[in-house]
Amino acid sequence: MSASAVSQSAMSAFSTPVSPIFGRLTLESFPFHEPILVATFAVVALGGLVVFGALTYFRLWGYLWKEWFTSVDHKKIGIMYMVLGIIMLLRGFADAIMMRLQQALAFGGSDGYLPSHHYDQVFTAHGVIMIFFVAMPLVTGLMNYVVPLQIGARDVSFPFLNNFSFWMTVGGAILVMMSLFVGEFAKTGWLAYPPLSGISYSPDVGVDYYIWALQVAGVGTTLSGINLICTIVKMRAPGMTLMKMPIFTWTSLCTNALIVASFPILTAVLALLALDRYFGMNFFTNDFGGSPMLYVNLIWIWGHPEVYILILPAFGVFSEVASTFSGKRLFGYTSMVYATVVITILSYLVWLHHFFTMGSGASVNSFFGITTMIISIPTGAKIFNWLFTMYRGRIKFELPMMYTVAFMLTFVIGGMTGVLLAVPPADFVLHNSLFLIAHFHNVIIGGVVFGMFAGIAYWWPKAFGFKLDPFWGKMSFWFWVVGFYFAFMPLYVLGLMGVTRRLRVFDDPSLQIWFIIAAFGAFLILLGILSFLVQIAVSIKNREKLRDTTGDPWNGRTLEWATSSPPPDYNFAFTPVIHDGDAWWDMKQRGWLAAVSFVALLGIAITHTFNYNRDFSIPAEDVIRAEEARTRLLAAQVTP
Amino acid sequence: MTIAVTSDSATAPIFYEVDEHAHPDGGSTSLGFWIYLMSDCLIFAMLFATYGVLGGNYAAGPAPKDLFDLNLVALNTTMLLFSSITYGFAMLAMARGRIGQVQVWLAVTALFGLAFLSIELFEFAHMIHEGATPQRSAFLSAFFTLVGTHGLHVTFGLIWLVTLMVQVGQRGLIPANRRRLMCLSMFWHFLDVVWIGVFTFVYLMGMLR
Repeated sequence: MSASAVSQSAMSAFSTPVSPIFGRLTLESFPFHEPILVATFAVVALGGLVVFGALTYFRLWGYLWKEWFTSVDHKKIGIMYMVLGIIMLLRGFADAIMMRLQQALAFGGSDGYLPSHHYDQVFTAHGVIMIFFVAMPLVTGLMNYVVPLQIGARDVSFPFLNNFSFWMTVGGAILVMMSLFVGEFAKTGWLAYPPLSGISYSPDVGVDYYIWALQVAGVGTTLSGINLICTIVKMRAPGMTLMKMPIFTWTSLCTNALIVASFPILTAVLALLALDRYFGMNFFTNDFGGSPMLYVNLIWIWGHPEVYILILPAFGVFSEVASTFSGKRLFGYTSMVYATVVITILSYLVWLHHFFTMGSGASVNSFFGITTMIISIPTGAKIFNWLFTMYRGRIKFELPMMYTVAFMLTFVIGGMTGVLLAVPPADFVLHNSLFLIAHFHNVIIGGVVFGMFAGIAYWWPKAFGFKLDPFWGKMSFWFWVVGFYFAFMPLYVLGLMGVTRRLRVFDDPSLQIWFIIAAFGAFLILLGILSFLVQIAVSIKNREKLRDTTGDPWNGRTLEWATSSPPPDYNFAFTPVIHDGDAWWDMKQRGWLAAVSFVALLGIAITHTFNYNRDFSIPAEDVIRAEEARTRLLAAQVTP
Repeated sequence: MTIAVTSDSATAPIFYEVDEHAHPDGGSTSLGFWIYLMSDCLIFAMLFATYGVLGGNYAAGPAPKDLFDLNLVALNTTMLLFSSITYGFAMLAMARGRIGQVQVWLAVTALFGLAFLSIELFEFAHMIHEGATPQRSAFLSAFFTLVGTHGLHVTFGLIWLVTLMVQVGQRGLIPANRRRLMCLSMFWHFLDVVWIGVFTFVYLMGMLR
């Protein structure tokens, strides 16, 4: 084939003229013909108008802009990440319950209620949103909020960059949300495998939305990873050697190392897919020597570390929670650190287990099967460490501890099905079946989601100065846990019976009961999410009753509990000096009130400005005022 | 309060630093920039791997032997290596505090960089003119993307370099500018190292295929 013929065939893919501003979007991109989407749009538009109107009426725009949107304070950025994650959870869950409903209905000749092109967008958007715009913001938000406090730093290394990273993530989320009403989203599944995602099979804007949303958010994530590594390496308080770092900080360090070492791959592979789509190149096409499986390899070289990026901070949360609520030092701190590091390294050596069916041969598949199974060793060590931390402890079953116990039970099931899937012959049977879907929801909900809820309940009093309402928290907990089992255990059964993922309609009526049970489970999870929102509303309403004036409501062990709740902008008036892994526990054992009061006393004598960083500094008078207020509160604690 | 003061006797362990220690401006910058460079290095590693996988898929089109002119590539490599040396001279001048010399060496570096880019664009134009477009085969897609990504990096390096020349001209060799020159130095040498990989892996080994 001559060169001109090739370029013609490449150009024929772009038969419709592409506008320089709107790309492939046209007026027909607005889905006026889709009643479901029009109704959704109406609701979202109305809700948006109400929020916009309320913000304008209460004159909050200036406040939000000055105090939050442009803030470089790691705590505020952390909270904004959490808000983003929770809002997107609602969207991602709406997709989930639509799928459950569709699959429960589409039996016996019924087509369900979702047309296929819509259903395909729904399951793609569900995966993309839940991983990139729910789990990632929640994890990043928690790390952003907690890590500088745990290491006794005033902020992260590059505060401005931190704000920038956050808005990049928001930009990606906005693109995904926009695709709901302008054009469409990808219909390719959450990793957009070519050739399906190539220009010949996906000529619409869906995959373009996918690429740009992930590129924008991915760059933001890489930058925030660099930022947090620098913070942890460079800004620890004097005396905090690596092996005295709180375990959550350790897991954050490993997670951010993973981010920096894997997100560039995602950026590059999506760029290559974009080159295929926009310039007719042949990286992943079927013709001219392209290799679709290369894409699958590359995206999983990012994708497998990604799941550890999500789970490691959750492990960190459970470690902090288990030791705090058992009233004991964490069992096996050193082994916990080594287990984390080993998992970090191994996560790079297992990517091929996502496609044993590629046909790379027995030797390659054995290698990746064995490395995958080896990961269960450090993970198992962690489970035993948490168990032994609880053993003979004075366990207080507050909400974070309940989530930790639920995690340990649930995650072990998910881990075992994971080892099962790591056996290549078994995987050939179960590949892309609902068994796989059940497995990864088992570890992501049982691990990451429970971990994030535990973390939110644990650090909420630190962030806002009052505890969360326990009743609605427990409602949410039980709905989530029971709902999870109802929603996903049937999928294990279905998967073993050979049902594959992403199906829209079913022929075999005997399967319907399992899908109905799963839909019931999804409904319970809906109640769990609603209870969580009610919990936040009720807690804000009753905040005076739930108020914590000590700054240390759980009798915590790490440094973030040594400052007030919420912490002042500068975190610590004086740089803490660390002698022990559980630094704050150590201080308390050696007369913490004296230490804190002494600090507060001297705070009054400060005359110099704090050099926070080159972006902003805090006037000494503000520090004095804040520290005086804290001293008064602490004194009130001692008087009776 | 008084209790607090008396309990803070000489024997008690110290839990807080009373004197604020200095936070040098940009103390984490070189570490952060290093980590950024390593993440960038991963992008190149991934492009090299892609080239390694697809580099033999000519789709009955032109192969490296039909396309590469090693004399031209040798000249190009010389330009980039010289630009690294001259950047090194600029850094030496910076260490001695000679603003004028820094500016001269930066300008020389920019010229070498520009020469490198021009030769590369000439090579690309020549190949495309002969029908060896990026769309022609997976080999050519991988080639243009790997070499082109390096070229894009050099382009951004040049823009950065000119910006820094203006900033040094305005403010002199203040600490912030020294830090920025140091970062660009790492970036520029990093691109040199990547080019050694491109030169060996793509051009030299391509001729042996």
